Amino acid sequence: MGLKTFKGGVHPYEGKELAKDAPIKEVLPKGELVFPMSQHIGAPATPVVAVGDAVLKGQKIAEAGGFVSSPIYSSVSGKVTKIEPRRVAVGDLVNSIVIESDDQFQEVEYAAVDDVASLSKEEIIGKVKEAGVVGMGGAGFPTHVKLSPKEPDKIEYIIANCAECEPYLTADYRRMIENPDELVAGMKIILQLFENAKGVFGVENNKPDCIEKLRELTKDEPRMEVCELMTKYPQGGERQLIYAVTGRAINSKMLPADAGCIVDNVETIIAVYQAVKNGIPVMKRVSTVTGDAIKNPSNFLYSMGTPYQQLVDAAGGFTTEPEKIISGGPMMGFSMFSLDIPTTKTSSSILCFSKDAVKEMGEPLACINCGRCVEACPENLIPSRLAKFGNTGQMEAFEAWHGLECIECGSCTYVCPSRRQVAQSVKTMKKLVLAEKRKQK
Amino acid sequence: MSEKYQVSSSPHVRAKDSTSNVMLYVIIALLPAALFGIYNFGYKALILILVTIAACVASEWVFDRIVHRKNSVPDLSAVVTGLLLAMNLPASLPWWEAVIGAVFAIIIVKMMFGGLGQNFMNPALGGRCFLLIAFAADMTNYASSKFEAYSGATPLAMIRNEGLSSVNVMDMLTGKIPGTIGETSVIAILIGAIIMILFGVIDLKIPASYIITFAVFMFIFGAERFNMNYVVAQLCGGGLMLGAFFMATDYVTSPITPKGQIIFGICCGLLTGLFRCFGANAEGVSFAIILSNLLVPIIEKFTVPRAFGVVKVKEAGKNE
Repeated sequence: MGLKTFKGGVHPYEGKELAKDAPIKEVLPKGELVFPMSQHIGAPATPVVAVGDAVLKGQKIAEAGGFVSSPIYSSVSGKVTKIEPRRVAVGDLVNSIVIESDDQFQEVEYAAVDDVASLSKEEIIGKVKEAGVVGMGGAGFPTHVKLSPKEPDKIEYIIANCAECEPYLTADYRRMIENPDELVAGMKIILQLFENAKGVFGVENNKPDCIEKLRELTKDEPRMEVCELMTKYPQGGERQLIYAVTGRAINSKMLPADAGCIVDNVETIIAVYQAVKNGIPVMKRVSTVTGDAIKNPSNFLYSMGTPYQQLVDAAGGFTTEPEKIISGGPMMGFSMFSLDIPTTKTSSSILCFSKDAVKEMGEPLACINCGRCVEACPENLIPSRLAKFGNTGQMEAFEAWHGLECIECGSCTYVCPSRRQVAQSVKTMKKLVLAEKRKQK
Repeated sequence: MSEKYQVSSSPHVRAKDSTSNVMLYVIIALLPAALFGIYNFGYKALILILVTIAACVASEWVFDRIVHRKNSVPDLSAVVTGLLLAMNLPASLPWWEAVIGAVFAIIIVKMMFGGLGQNFMNPALGGRCFLLIAFAADMTNYASSKFEAYSGATPLAMIRNEGLSSVNVMDMLTGKIPGTIGETSVIAILIGAIIMILFGVIDLKIPASYIITFAVFMFIFGAERFNMNYVVAQLCGGGLMLGAFFMATDYVTSPITPKGQIIFGICCGLLTGLFRCFGANAEGVSFAIILSNLLVPIIEKFTVPRAFGVVKVKEAGKNE
C-alpha cells in the first residue's frame, strides 16, 4: 500500500534536526509590544482601548471589524502608549496598538468550562469567535467562519493539518510531542459541531513518533484516525492535504467544505481547545526560531506582539550576522529587512540564514523549457508558461492556462535550473488578474 | 529602521541542479557514443568532434560580443550543440564544412532567434540538415569506414537496395557499421539514455512514444511487412536511437505539456516512418524531428493540462 500523498511536489532539504529536539520554552516579553489590527484575513479589527488606558493580560483590545474578522487580546498587562501604523512581517504598514508592559502579567479571569460536552454548537462557535482564533498556520482565516459552513451536515472530514511540510519548522512537531492531549481534545470539540464527520490527523511520515503518539491517544476515539502521509512539500497545502486524505480534489473556486472537509492546523486546534475549555483567548503560540545563524535553535511559547528581536535574543542571538531573515518557512515565508517587527497570530517561525540562497544563485538565465516546474507543480500547471504570460501581461492566456489555480507554494521556483523567479511572476499576475476581475464586477 | 537583511520573494531555498549542470549531464551522457565513434572511425572523428564544438562555442561567444549580450558560453549549451552536431556528421567530412554547419547551427538557428531557450528548431539538427543540402555528397560519404562488409553504404541503404538479408542486426546493435560518428552504436546510445534518465534530465515520454510509433508504422507499412527482424533493423539503423533520446528530447524545441510530449513523439515517429518508407532517402530522422519542432506551438495549444481539481469546462459552466 502506497503512502497517501498528491501528484507533484518537491523534496527540499528538511533542516528540522536543528530545532527538533528543543522542548517548548516560554519566553516572557519585555518592554513595548505591538498588536497590528490585521493579523487575519478579512476586515481589520477595531481598537476598543485608547492611548493611556491600562490593560490586563487577556483583555480584549480590539474587536472584530465584521463577520470575517477577529478580535485581538493583549498578551501583557500594562499601558496603551500609542495607536499608530507599524511595519509588519509582510512589509505593510498596519494600524497597531502599542502597549508598554509593566512586567506584572496581571490577568483577567477566564471563563473555563467544566463539561465541554454540554455546550451547544452555537456556544462553541461563539467561544471560538470571541477568543480570536484564526488559522495559525500562516493564512489567518478566522476559524469561526470555517466552522460555520452552509451545510454542516455535509461535513465528513475534519482534517488536522499535522503535515508541517515547510522545511526547518518544528513548532507543530513539538506541540504534537508535548501537547497531543490538547490537540485531541480540540479535535473532539470540533467534532462536536459536525455529527457526520470523522477527525483525521494528517501527519507526514518523517514524524513517526507523532504518528505513534496520536494513534495511542485516539485508539479509544471511534471518530478519530491518524493518516500517515508521504513527506513531500507542499503536503500541508490545503488542497493537497484534502486530496491525500480523502481522494477529493478541489480548485480555487471551491472551499474545502465543498468537498465535505474542514482543515485546521495543529496550533489552531489547540487554540480552539484553549478557547472553549479554558476560555483563554489567543495570546500565545509556539513557533520555531532556527536557521544556521541562530546560536540555539529553539521552539518558543511566546506572547504575540513580542518583537522578533526578543525571540532571537532568547535563542542566544546570532552566531554570525545573517544575510536573510524569514518570517515563516523557507518555501512560502516572507523575508524581512529588520527584526524590529511584531509577532502576530500567524508567526509560525523565524529563520535566520547566514547566506541567502537566492543571492548565491546569481542572475537568472533564460527558460530552457525543461519542464521541471511542470513536474513539481502540485496543481498540475505549466508554471514557466504562466510566468511568461505574467511577464508579458497576457491576462487571457494566463487564465486559459489555469493561472488562477496557483497556490503559490513556490515549488516551481525551487526546482528551476535557470534560477528564474517563476512563482513570483505567477503570483504577481494572479493579483493583477484578480484585481481586474473585481473591477469588472 | 535598519535595512540590513536581504529581501526577496519566496521561496528562499533552491534545488541544486542548474542549467549548466543539466547541460553537463547531457555531455556526459553523449560520451559513450562519442568515444565509440572515435574508436570506430579513428582520429578523424576526434578531430571533427573537437572542431565542431570549438566552432559552436566560438560562434556563440562572437555573437554575444557583437550584439553586446552577456557571454552565454558558460551555460554549456553551445558545447552540447557542437557535440550533438558532430555526432550527426560522417567522420570523413572536411573540417571546414563542419565549421560552416556549426556556425549555421549557432548563429542562424539559435542566436538569431534570441539564444538559449528561444530557438524553435533543434540547432544541431538544423545545422545537419543545412549541411545535408549544401554538401550532399560529403555528408553521405561513408566510404572511409573500415567495415568492408558494408562497402561504404549504411545498413539502412543496404536494406533498401538489397533487402534485409544483406545486413547483420548484431553489428547494428554494437555499432560496427558505417554511419555518422555518434549514431552507429545502439548500446552506447542506450547507456547515455540511461545516464540522462538517472540524472533526471529526460523522461521516457518522448523517446518511448517516438520509438513505439515508428516501430508500429514500420511493422505495418515497411518494405517487409509484419517482419519483426525488419523492424529491429530499422530501429537500430540510421539516427533513430540518437534522435529519439538526444534530439527529440531537446527541451527548448519539444512541448512542455506532458500530453503534448507524447503527441510530439508520435509525430516524430510517423514522419520518420513516412520518410523512410516513401522518401527518396533511407534516412529521415533529422527532417522528421525538425518538422515536428515546427508543430510544437500548436501541439501545446491543444494539450494544456487541466489544473488540479478543475472539472471539464462544460461542467464548470453548468455549475456557475
